[in-house]
Amino acid sequence: MNLTLKIWRQKGANDKGKMVDYKVTDISEHMSFLEMMDVLNEQLIAEGEEPVAFDHDCREGICGMCSMYINGEAHGPDRGITTCQLHMRMFNDGDTITIEPWRAKAFPVIKDLIVDRTSFERIQQAGGYISVNTSGNTQDANAIPISKHAADEAMDAATCIGCGACVATCKNSSAMLFVGAKVSQYALLPQGQVEAADRVKNMVAQMDLEGFGNCTNTGACEVECPKGISLTNIARMNREFLKANLKG
Amino acid sequence: MALSAIFLIFFLVMHLLINLLSVFNEGLFNEASHFMGTNPVIQFAMQPVLIFGVVYHFVMGFILEIQNRNARVVSYARNNGAANSTWMSRNMIYSGMFILIFLVIHFIDFWFPEMNTKYILGDMSGMHNGEFRYFEELQHKFVPIWRVALYVMGFVFLALHLLHGFNSAFQSVGANNKYTNGLKGFGKAYAILIPAGFIFIALFHHFNH
Repeated sequence: MNLTLKIWRQKGANDKGKMVDYKVTDISEHMSFLEMMDVLNEQLIAEGEEPVAFDHDCREGICGMCSMYINGEAHGPDRGITTCQLHMRMFNDGDTITIEPWRAKAFPVIKDLIVDRTSFERIQQAGGYISVNTSGNTQDANAIPISKHAADEAMDAATCIGCGACVATCKNSSAMLFVGAKVSQYALLPQGQVEAADRVKNMVAQMDLEGFGNCTNTGACEVECPKGISLTNIARMNREFLKANLKG
Repeated sequence: MALSAIFLIFFLVMHLLINLLSVFNEGLFNEASHFMGTNPVIQFAMQPVLIFGVVYHFVMGFILEIQNRNARVVSYARNNGAANSTWMSRNMIYSGMFILIFLVIHFIDFWFPEMNTKYILGDMSGMHNGEFRYFEELQHKFVPIWRVALYVMGFVFLALHLLHGFNSAFQSVGANNKYTNGLKGFGKAYAILIPAGFIFIALFHHFNH
């Protein structure tokens, strides 16, 4: 198929940036979206132009690196996938595809389609951990009884890969789904109880400090999340936050 | 924001129930209006709480909107919000602003004249020509078709606001559990039936004056 691509080009963090049109031809419907981008970049290199910079790593939906806003949706028009899992069969010959970076004050553009998502790492550092005795007397986690329901819910929350699609798609650039998932994966388990109150307070404080917006429960994040992280995690975080603040 | 929303959700039910009395029983409506308008607990304790709740809800709504707009400095060239969220959820600020305009008109129509009669003119009797004035004043207000149309529009925007706001308020206070699906259904019914009730009252008095 032959396509017109409208891609955000920005030389650096301080560059103004603009949308630039490109043509790609003979794209197979079996290609992944990133393979199509590779074809474009090979074409640009052959023409002596600067290739489009974009994040990618595992290309199998696990690492959370790829991050493109395609035709007005985070990770494109398919559901439950990352950009690398998006296939060109989702598009038609002659289509014009708009490709932009994640847009949020807390995710500043580094170059072209690459954004700085270290704000997520700082939130994680603020409380997304548990204290474990590593002196040689570490208790086997399997020795601690955990209900199947709690284990399943914690595992579901832990599948968040931190790609930032929730922020990108939210009209408020809110990171509540990400933080809700990270708070939940520990709040549901006995190992997470010791630091539960500090964790939620510190992670929410860091989230606010980074400049993310507020959740207004549109549910767009849940729909666009490649891992299907549920809004119940945001509700749980809100409960944890309330509980932590009532305790003082 | 969510707590003031839940408070206002309860208030709307009470407001509708009292207003519905005007459809079924003129005398009872007059009695209820006089009680609400002269009882010191309602006037000097509950009314200020209500006004605070309304003002707080609007002010917080605007503050949140400003903060949220500031969280995205550069907008998307193409954004398909309809693919993942409802129109109501994405436009709460606009439905809210229309409700605010409607509320100002509603206050000018009913609340300010009532405050003027009772606390500036000092007439706490609630009487006019030897009869309670409340029902007559209500019916008189809904004679002009433009006012009825404005009220109907105001309640349509209220319905749109509630269709997202009802469940959003409960999600924000952390209520997402096995009862959520039931609550969502109840919320949708509430969001349609309560404004529909107010619309019915406005139309009823327009056609029965």
